[in-house]
Amino acid sequence: MCGIFGVMDKRRQMMDGSGIRDALSMMNERGSGEGAGYVAYGIYPDYQDCYALHIFFDRACESRAAVEAMLEQWGTIECGEAIPTYDQPNLKANCAPWRYFFRPDASLAPGSASPEKDVIANLVMQINAGTTGAEVVSSGKNVGVFKASGWPEDVANYYRIEDYEGYIWLAHNRYATSCPEQWERPDPFNLHDWSVVENGKTTTYGANRRYVESFGYTCSTGTDSEVIAYLIDLLTRKHGLAIDLAIRALAPPYWDEIDRMPEAEQKLNRALRFAYGSATMNGPFTVVAANPDMMVGFTDRGKLRPMVVGECGDRLYIASEETAIRAMEPCVESIVRPAAGEPVIGRVAP
Amino acid sequence: MSSNFGSMPLRYRISIDREQCMECGRCVENCPYGVFRWDGNRILINSRNCTACHRCLTYCPRDAIMLQEHPCDYRSHPVWTRSVRESIYNQARTGKIILAGMGSVANLPIIFDHLMLDACQVTTPPTDPLREPVELRTYLGKKPAKLEFTQKPNGDVELSTELTPNLMLETPIMLGHMSYGALSLNAHVAMARAAKETGTYMGTGEGGLHPGLYPYQDRMIVQVASGRFGVNVDYLERGAAIELKLGQGAKPGIGGHLPGEKVSADVSRTRMIPQGSDAISPAPHHDIYGIEDLPQLVNSIKEATEYKKPIFAKIAAVNNNAENVAAVARSGVDAIAIDGFRGGTGAAPRVFRDHVGIPIEVAISTADQELRKQGLRNEVSIIACGSIRESTDVIKAIALGADAVYIGTAALIAMGCRVCGNCYQGLCSWGIATQRPDLVARLDPDVASKQIANLIHAWTLEITELMGAAGINSIESLRGNRDRLRGYMLDEGLLEILDVKSVGA
Ligand code: SF4
Ligand code: SF4
Repeated sequence: MCGIFGVMDKRRQMMDGSGIRDALSMMNERGSGEGAGYVAYGIYPDYQDCYALHIFFDRACESRAAVEAMLEQWGTIECGEAIPTYDQPNLKANCAPWRYFFRPDASLAPGSASPEKDVIANLVMQINAGTTGAEVVSSGKNVGVFKASGWPEDVANYYRIEDYEGYIWLAHNRYATSCPEQWERPDPFNLHDWSVVENGKTTTYGANRRYVESFGYTCSTGTDSEVIAYLIDLLTRKHGLAIDLAIRALAPPYWDEIDRMPEAEQKLNRALRFAYGSATMNGPFTVVAANPDMMVGFTDRGKLRPMVVGECGDRLYIASEETAIRAMEPCVESIVRPAAGEPVIGRVAP
Repeated sequence: MSSNFGSMPLRYRISIDREQCMECGRCVENCPYGVFRWDGNRILINSRNCTACHRCLTYCPRDAIMLQEHPCDYRSHPVWTRSVRESIYNQARTGKIILAGMGSVANLPIIFDHLMLDACQVTTPPTDPLREPVELRTYLGKKPAKLEFTQKPNGDVELSTELTPNLMLETPIMLGHMSYGALSLNAHVAMARAAKETGTYMGTGEGGLHPGLYPYQDRMIVQVASGRFGVNVDYLERGAAIELKLGQGAKPGIGGHLPGEKVSADVSRTRMIPQGSDAISPAPHHDIYGIEDLPQLVNSIKEATEYKKPIFAKIAAVNNNAENVAAVARSGVDAIAIDGFRGGTGAAPRVFRDHVGIPIEVAISTADQELRKQGLRNEVSIIACGSIRESTDVIKAIALGADAVYIGTAALIAMGCRVCGNCYQGLCSWGIATQRPDLVARLDPDVASKQIANLIHAWTLEITELMGAAGINSIESLRGNRDRLRGYMLDEGLLEILDVKSVGA
């Protein structure tokens, strides 16, 4: 189950989190009240050149000291503070959410085309796989993930999500199947630019994980969305694939369809399946992903999970259910349900 | 030289129920080993020659013949077993290496049987293969690690990565290398037709390519072994792919030997050796004395065939398998066949067959792991071989990291082979492992090819169902997906090597 929701404003007009909370709560039937999360782009204009690291600490003191030492080694902490939270009767906090605005030292990743992101990615892998009792839940510029175990509205109120304004929001209403108590387990998952929410459960977690780990990523939570975020980062940033091709690599057409394509397209699709066979995701899923410039949605090629797309003015919506879109945009202008294997790609105006 | 052992206890006893027997004499005609003979109007039996090939039993119209293995007991002893004692008697008498046919008989656990497959339940739906496609199509050969694009003047991007030739298989099951010479022409024709019908490929083995197989050459993987039998540029050009045989799982580290009795006129022409002479393949290739020599051989074959065909290499699975595979992967080959220690053979020294090598399950797993670690996995496809017995072995081998499998013995059994293990005698009563024309004629290629095709088809259906149940609709999503396997009663060390979790985890 699980319910997912994404909204993007093509002209970067800001939306505060209250509407997103209401939309997500509309899909409470799809969740189990044991996890929800939000991610928003554009929330930290004052620190837009810094990487915002949202970190959950198990033990506020020791964990923090260890992580801060690590950060100092890899760059400069501009600011570090507790993320403001507001106790909710139904939420049992078992970690301390913290944020750092951080400048990575690019000279520490020589030879890289995107050294800052490499430093950030390394740090995230190291901290999350390590035993410091810390979990980095988001690490991009001007973006932040807010999540916890509980119903969407409680989680939103815990962070006072309405105090944040962003031009792209993704949200996730979790139906827990394991570790309901762990706050880092609900989606969204984020790695610097990219954030991912998923409704589904791939049958290829093991194969995908082995593939992405052979490129230096470390998956530490056992969740699909973590692997998907790393796969998208690998394919788009390191392998230089355009997003439409990256999505096609993750959810490729059937061979029969490829056989019927015109020559050049056949060649391209065969090459994608040759190169990215191990990255291909199988089983039921709908994924909504975003980076600062776009929001995309795609499903498995059999479309075993729902995906509804709405448009209204400058806003693009992707959700598990139409009601969620209507909760935020009662007069939505168009609602479509893309066919299996048909991705939705929305870009923010440059 | 005589010995003081007298005769050994019978291996098999053949008996005829005289009440049932109607003295038709079919057993006399059918047994090539001379177990039955007429004495006036009575059939006499010499059980000592019996190989348990079951030919007589299947052709007796009255079910009058019965076969019993080990009709005579030794005093049982846990250390000095029957086979230990009989080997000693044998060697004390002959002073020779003991040869044995077919695969290992060592009574060791089979890892495949301790790996359990997964199926979808509530969190993910299974795929119904009747309603939705489940893709088994497999490409063997090099794959690009990543793709390059060029920007066209109009802004469009165009793929600039050139794909190297791959073999396209409709199912990940191929027919492994068994040579013409070891096998009859009818057996080879049957396998070739089955390969064509099922959209897969067959290995020629090291015996060259008989003109009778030219019509199927686009389905043949031609082998180049250390004996270089039948190899010339015409041979290389006919094959769909070329395989360099560097080792064999049943006898790692040693060469091969086809007894002169099996080198008929036709075999001699195909192998390009004198009729009746023993065909000896030396242990090493005489132009490969170090790994650096291998790329030279690979390149010269690529030059000879103008880079149009994938080149495979076959190695035996031994201790440092992962390093061997990584070394071969760097030589420019497009696929590596790894032959586990249970691999079949016409004849191999018993000590090699039963004691040298490692299981295919471990070999595949460590090879896949090492290739990924070294960033070489896309450079080669991996083919698992050596006792792939049923569809579940195929699916487990792929989940451990193989791209496809070769089947050998299973294909022979589909043609009627009874695994009697006497292939080296050249008298196969089923017409499979023999060159004697009257015996070869017993195998009708039309019938035998249908049976092999049926087997491949049946396995393919089972694999499709198992994948569907696991919610996987393309074979590349199964490959290396060890998460979908669980080890049942395997020790912790082995689970770690296989990178598979225990049941319940
Ligand atoms: S060798 Fe075969 S045909 Fe001959 S008696 Fe034994 S089982 Fe029967
Ligand atoms: S091929 Fe023939 S000789 Fe060899 S094991 Fe099978 S039945 Fe026996």
